This record gives sequence, structure tokens and C-alpha cells, in this order.
Amino acid sequence: MRNRTKLPAVFLAAVMAVMYLPILMVVIYSFNASKLTAIWGGFSLDWYGKLFQDREIREALVNSLVVGGLSCLAAAVIGTLGALGNSRLRLRSKGAVEYIATLPIMIPEIILGMVFLAFFSLLDLPNGMLTLVIAHTAFCIPYIYMMVKARLVGMDHSLEEAARDLGATPVRTFFTVTLPLLLPAVASGCLLAFAMSFDDVIISIFVTGPKVTTLPVKIYTQMKTGVTPEINALCTVMLGVTVMVLLLSGLFRRLGRRTGQ
Amino acid sequence: MSRPASGAAAGKIGGAGRRSRGVWLTALPLYLFTIVFVAGPLVYMLVLSFQTKAEGWGVEQVFTWNNYLRILDPVYLDTFLQSLKLAVSTTLLVVLIGYPFGYFMAKLSQAWKRRMMMLIMIPFWTSSLIRLYGWMILLQAKGAVYQTVRFLGFDIDPLKVLYTYPAVLIGMVYALLPFMMLSVYSSAEKMDWSLVEAARDLGASPMKAFLSVTLKLTMPGLLSGVILTFVPSMGLFFIADILGGNKIVLVGSLIQDQLTRGADWPFAAALAVVLMIMTTLLIFLYQKVTHSTELEGLF
Amino acid sequence: MEEMILSLRGIRKSFGDAEVLKGISLDVKQGEFITLLGSSGCGKTTTLRIIAGLEQPDEGRVILEGKDVTREEPHKRDVNTVFQSYALFPHMDVASNVAYGLKIRKVPKEEQKKRVKEVLQLVQLEGFGKRKPSELSGGQRQRVAIARAIVNNPRVLLLDEPLGALDLQLRRQMQLELKRLQKKLGITFIYITHDQEEAINMSDRIVVMNAGSFEQVGTPDEVYHHPRTSFVAKFVGSANIIHEEGKTLAVRSENLLFAKQGASDKYCVRNGAVKEKSFAGGLLRVVFVLEDGTELTASRHGIDTDVREGEQVKIGWLPEHAVEVEDDLPEEGTGNPGTGGRMPREKLEAAELKGDRS
Repeated sequence: MRNRTKLPAVFLAAVMAVMYLPILMVVIYSFNASKLTAIWGGFSLDWYGKLFQDREIREALVNSLVVGGLSCLAAAVIGTLGALGNSRLRLRSKGAVEYIATLPIMIPEIILGMVFLAFFSLLDLPNGMLTLVIAHTAFCIPYIYMMVKARLVGMDHSLEEAARDLGATPVRTFFTVTLPLLLPAVASGCLLAFAMSFDDVIISIFVTGPKVTTLPVKIYTQMKTGVTPEINALCTVMLGVTVMVLLLSGLFRRLGRRTGQ
Repeated sequence: MSRPASGAAAGKIGGAGRRSRGVWLTALPLYLFTIVFVAGPLVYMLVLSFQTKAEGWGVEQVFTWNNYLRILDPVYLDTFLQSLKLAVSTTLLVVLIGYPFGYFMAKLSQAWKRRMMMLIMIPFWTSSLIRLYGWMILLQAKGAVYQTVRFLGFDIDPLKVLYTYPAVLIGMVYALLPFMMLSVYSSAEKMDWSLVEAARDLGASPMKAFLSVTLKLTMPGLLSGVILTFVPSMGLFFIADILGGNKIVLVGSLIQDQLTRGADWPFAAALAVVLMIMTTLLIFLYQKVTHSTELEGLF
Repeated sequence: MEEMILSLRGIRKSFGDAEVLKGISLDVKQGEFITLLGSSGCGKTTTLRIIAGLEQPDEGRVILEGKDVTREEPHKRDVNTVFQSYALFPHMDVASNVAYGLKIRKVPKEEQKKRVKEVLQLVQLEGFGKRKPSELSGGQRQRVAIARAIVNNPRVLLLDEPLGALDLQLRRQMQLELKRLQKKLGITFIYITHDQEEAINMSDRIVVMNAGSFEQVGTPDEVYHHPRTSFVAKFVGSANIIHEEGKTLAVRSENLLFAKQGASDKYCVRNGAVKEKSFAGGLLRVVFVLEDGTELTASRHGIDTDVREGEQVKIGWLPEHAVEVEDDLPEEGTGNPGTGGRMPREKLEAAELKGDRS
């Protein structure tokens, strides 16, 4: 009887352990003095030092942040307004546009990468920051659109009517009532979209130019030619930042709840 | 509020009528972007797939079926079959691990659910490439696994896993598992557990209750997880590339290869069109079976 | 003629194929408490939404203080609404909710504060300014919704079943408070309810609505004692409808008497059998079936009577208690006049859950 109740916990823990095992490896080997991953050459922080001096990696990181940021911003505006407008419109085209708009996350990324490569060369757009941002915006929109759409379904329509009734113009209603209520959905959509953009290899690889490359593309090329533990160090730093942000946001939420009451 | 009656829905039509001009403006950016940057490229891909590759580099505007006929060539057909085989085995393994995971997770206490969620989300924020790299460290001939076993006093030969089919399979399952966990979890979380109790109360054995109630009710999550696993697995060329060396060629790798080295865009487009048709059919099937337009657990 | 604060002229409205309002007209005097009374789906909410400007009529005009506002946007009308769901902004505290309309009208900050404080005092919610709507009880939210509307001193206040979500005790208490508030402020109230008791308790005039038309407009006394149509008689007075010599008569259940043996010849008498007895709300109801199949309901105080189910009895009423009405109900042998006015609560809620708008 006891065994039966413990089995799920053991299973969950085991799967999680395997999920984290490779990440743990990367972290451990970021402190490896030897350049070869097969050999443990003793503890060292050299790779962190090298990482902070590596201009190329820094540039790639900045590019990734810029691409992710700009695409999320554009997708947040287009996706939020689009979901809002589509929920009010009574057009036959509505379903079709929604279907096409969310297609980028439904089909294999390779297709999207291929069509963007072909399309941008048809338009004579040189690969670079612009093409990256357009392509990333295309697959960021669905995340935000779907989140906002779900939130709109659950939203009481009479809240907006109440604002109109109390004298607010449609624009004012949007900024004082609709948008604040949608904000959590927009934010979580952005968070997801940014994570996807920041980690995207397949689409980026087709639309990056010789001068502008994103971090995942940079890592990919390195992995094909030979990785230095600098990348391990970078990953460890990023992981640290992520965990910090998650812990802090959890802490703030708890604090907010306490002061709220 | 599953089915709003005419009154409420009608209320919205009336309200929208006068303001429809403003509403149009808000939806306009989405319509423009979607038509120009999503529908446009996809249509161009279709057009491209019927054109002819020019000598050397570029495309000629000559209509041809050849690109599609070429896919029937045993070499390419074999690639499709190999991709399908990998995608199916990946999906099966992901179901076998991910379904019980999502199911058990939904039975945890609220606090543990939150912690689990966080643990699943953290890897999302680390580069998937780097996580693959972690597997490389583990699976190398004299990598971490080998060294650990040796350290424990067992004498084994260097591993022969990296750059083989099993290594690619491990990488694929590892990369796609979280999607299945989350969609099954979201489905099981919403489930009314008292239904299972009711089935048990009515005399069903635990197995029977699971098959007749739990499995049925979590089916949308399971199917959505299957799609979220199967669809990307056809195109994740970089996993096969890194963990499989150059030995495993998938449709994704083939398309990438045709685009870059082969410089045969029309053929790449034809491959992409076929892949696209396969995935849209799958999604269409999902919508028919579950009567829902959205994938469970993605949002 | 007295100046009308609000006039509706021949309003028609359809949603798709369904005609919800079939040409209604109404004049409302300054300071009046008017109730639109009707069951779910009769068009009363649509009427309210048209007055507020949240819905456009297909035909007809809305005149507010002598000015045609039919095509005016809702934010330009000096009318405020208390929504059925209260529609309190969940992301703002009580004070910000109440101050919303003032802020939009650019009332100076100091004045805003003063008026919010006053109006919260008025609805007995002093000191609740910093609370979020989610931290309030149903009755308190209701008061905030009222405060948020009246703080703007609207010419007309529209209330869409504002007490619908409250329990019976609280409803009674709030009915009195609302009436007191209306008298004190002198604002014109247009109030929607499906509860005839509530309508009779609070209103200066009642508008009985049925299927998109006004059946009768009159004081509670007129509507109760002199129903114009059989619908009004059933809905407001819970009356029995009796067809006799080509005339249609309405007799309220409390005026219907019954006995085992004969009665004085002052009464109109019928023979019938007792079908069922029930006790509810301090009243005993007895349902009879006449020889022609008509069902009648009598009510009286007390918890039981000596008649038994299935027993043959005499049923009678005084001629002066029978009001002749226009017959506008479809012939129905099995109608239940005793509860005719009040739709059973669960049925009503089911209708509302489906999203029906009255």
C-alpha cells in the first residue's frame, strides 16, 4: 500500500532528475580547467574571464536581446489589438485570419525558416536585423494573440460598458479599463514569446546575415566546429539569472499579497 | 456559460455596429502583418515549388511538376520514411513518459504543483542547444557516464552512443517532453476527479475507471501533446545534426541542405509543401476529434 | 403639460430575426421611480441599454431633457447605469471605482475626494475606500456600484436587476434603502426587475412588459387592482383567468374561496376537484380542476385546510373581485395561475445562465 502511494513521487523525481542532468553537466564543466570535456582538469574560473572578454559572444547576446525585445514589442501591439479587434468583428474572414496568424507556431519551424529565406530574397531584403525581427515577430504574435484571446473570453463585457456609461470615450475606456485588465495576459504571452525567440535556432539560421548573428546561431556554429567551455560559462550565467528572476518574482508576489491585505 | 444564447451574442452585434470603424482599425495591423508576412511567404513557397532550378544559382519561371516527382525518388522517399519513423518513435516515448508525468503532477498538492511548474519552466529559459551539449558531455565515448561507471569500479568499454540513432532519439525526446507534460497536466488538472470516484463507486476496477473516465477526459491534452511533439520532430534538424553526426538525415535536414548547399530552392519548397500538408492534416484531424480549435496546454 | 425628463418614441429593435422591442413609447417625469417589470427575455434590459446608449434602436427616438440623443454615444449622455453584474473595475479600489466618472469629467482632485467620501457615507461604506472589489461581500459591491453611478449626479439612473444576486433578506433591506436614497437625491430611477413584489414595493409607476411590448403602464395600485390584460393580471396579481360568456375575467387567488358545501348566492360558484395543496411563504395554496379542465388556484393564510386532495368542492368569488381584462394569453388548460406571475426561481436562473437578456 505504501509503495503504491510513493511510486508517483519517485517517478516525478526521476524524470526531473534526468531533465536536469545535462544542465548540471554543462554547469559543472564550466568550471573545468581543461578545454576537453572528456577530462576533468581541476576547478577554474578561467572560462568566465574569457567569456566577459569575448566580443563576438557579447555582440550575439546583445543581438538576441534586441531581436527578442523588438519582436515581442511589435507582437504585443499587433497581437493584443488584433485579438481585441477580432473578438468584436463579425466577419467571415475572422476565422481565416486567426488561423493564418497562429500558423507559425503550428507548423514545423523549418518551413517558416525556408519561406522567410525565399520571401526575403524575393523582396530583395538583405538578411540582418530587420529580417530577424520580422521573422521573430511572426512567431511571437500567436503566443500573445492566444493569451489575450483567452483572457477576453473570460472578461466581463459590461466592464467596458460601465466605463462608457460613466463618460469615458472608447479610447479612454481602452487605456483605463481594457488594457489594464488584459495586461497580465499580454505579459505572460510576451514572456513565453521572448523565451521562444531567445532560444530560436532554426528560423534564425535562415534569416541571419553575415554581420548580425544571434546567440543560438552563434552557439550552433560553434557546436559544429568545436565548443569551448566559454559557452558552458555563458549558459551557467543565463541559468543563474533565470533562477534569480523567478525567485525574485515569487518573493515580490508573496510580499505584494501580504501588503495587499 | 458554455453556449451563450442568442440574446447575449446579439447584444454584442448591436454594440459593435456603430463602432465597427474603430474596431477595424485595431484589427488592421494583425490583418496586414498576417497577409504580408505569413500568408504571402507561404503562397510564394507554393509558387516556388512549381518552378525550375536554374543552372548554378537561382530560379527560372518555368512551370514543372518535377520537384514533386523527385520526392518519389527512393533516396528522398527513404528520408521521409526515416523522419516519420523517428517522429513516431519519439512521440511514443514522449507519451509513455510524459502522460504519467502530467497525470501524477495534477494529483500533487497546490504548493508542489507550483514548484513542479517552475522546475519545468526553468529549462525553457536555457538554450536548448546547450542542453543538447550537456547530453554530448554525458554520452561521449569517454564522457561523464563512462567516467562515472569507471569511478564506481566497473570496467566498461567506451560508449558507442553518440552519433547514433539512439542518441538522436534521446535528444528529441528530451527536447519535446516538456510540451507533453504540460498539455497532459493542464487537461488532468481541469478534470473533475469525483468522476473517477463515481466510476469506482459504480463498481469499476481502478483500471476500468482509468480507461473509461480518466483517459477519455484527458484525451484532448494527450492528443495536443502528440501534435506538439510530432509536428516539430519532423523539422528539428539540428538535433539530428549534433547528436547524430551526419549519419541521420531527416526531412528537416534535407530541406536545409537543399536551401544552403544544394541551392535548389524549388525542390526545398516542394519538400516543405509536403511537410506542411502532412502537419495541417494532423491538426485538422485533432480539431475534428476534439472539437476544439486550440491546442490544450499550450496557453 | 409637465416637462418630461425622458421620452421613448416608438422604439423598435431586432437581433437577427428576433424582434426584441416592438415599438415602445414611454414618458418619464423628473424624480419618478419607474420599474420595468417582466420575465426573462421580454426586452426590458434592451430597453435600458437603448436609454444608456449601449445599444442602438432600429427605429424610434430617445429624448433626454427635450434633446434627441438617439444617435449620441453613451459617454455623452447624462445617464448612469447600475449593472446587473455590478461591473466594478477589479483593478481599482473602491474609491477609484467611485471616482472614475468624476476623473473623466475633470472634477478637481479635492472635490473628487470630498464627493467620493460623501457618497460612500450615503451608501454606508465609510472607510471601505481602499478595499478592492474582490474583498467585498455581494451587498457591499452592490452599494459601490450604486455609489459609482450616483456620484455623477446623473439626470436618470438606470438599474438593471440590481438586487438579483442578493439573498432574500438583503434584498428586502436594500429595497428600502434604494427607495430612501431615491427620495433623498431626487434622481429619476428606471429600475428593472422580474419580481412583482419588488416592483410594487418601490415604484411610483410600473411598466409591465411582455414579449417586446408594454402591456400596461400605471401605478402599482392600478396595475395590481385593475389589470388591463390577462397577462398583467397573472404576472402582477397572480390572478386566475376565467373565461365566461365570451368575457375574460381575472380573479386573484386570495379572493377565491372554497368550501365543501354550497355558498351564498352573492358568489359566483363553480364545481371542481382539489388537485394539490402546498404551503409556501406563509400561504396555503390549493389548486382545483374545474369540470371543463380549467385550473384555478386559491390562497389563504394558515398551514392546512380540511379539504382533501381529489375531493369535490365548491369554488366561489364575489363578482366585484372579478376584473374584466383583455385576453392576450394563448389558451392553456394546464397553466398554473397561482404562480403565474413569478417564474419559478430555478427556471429563471437557468434562463439567465444561458445568457438570456430580458
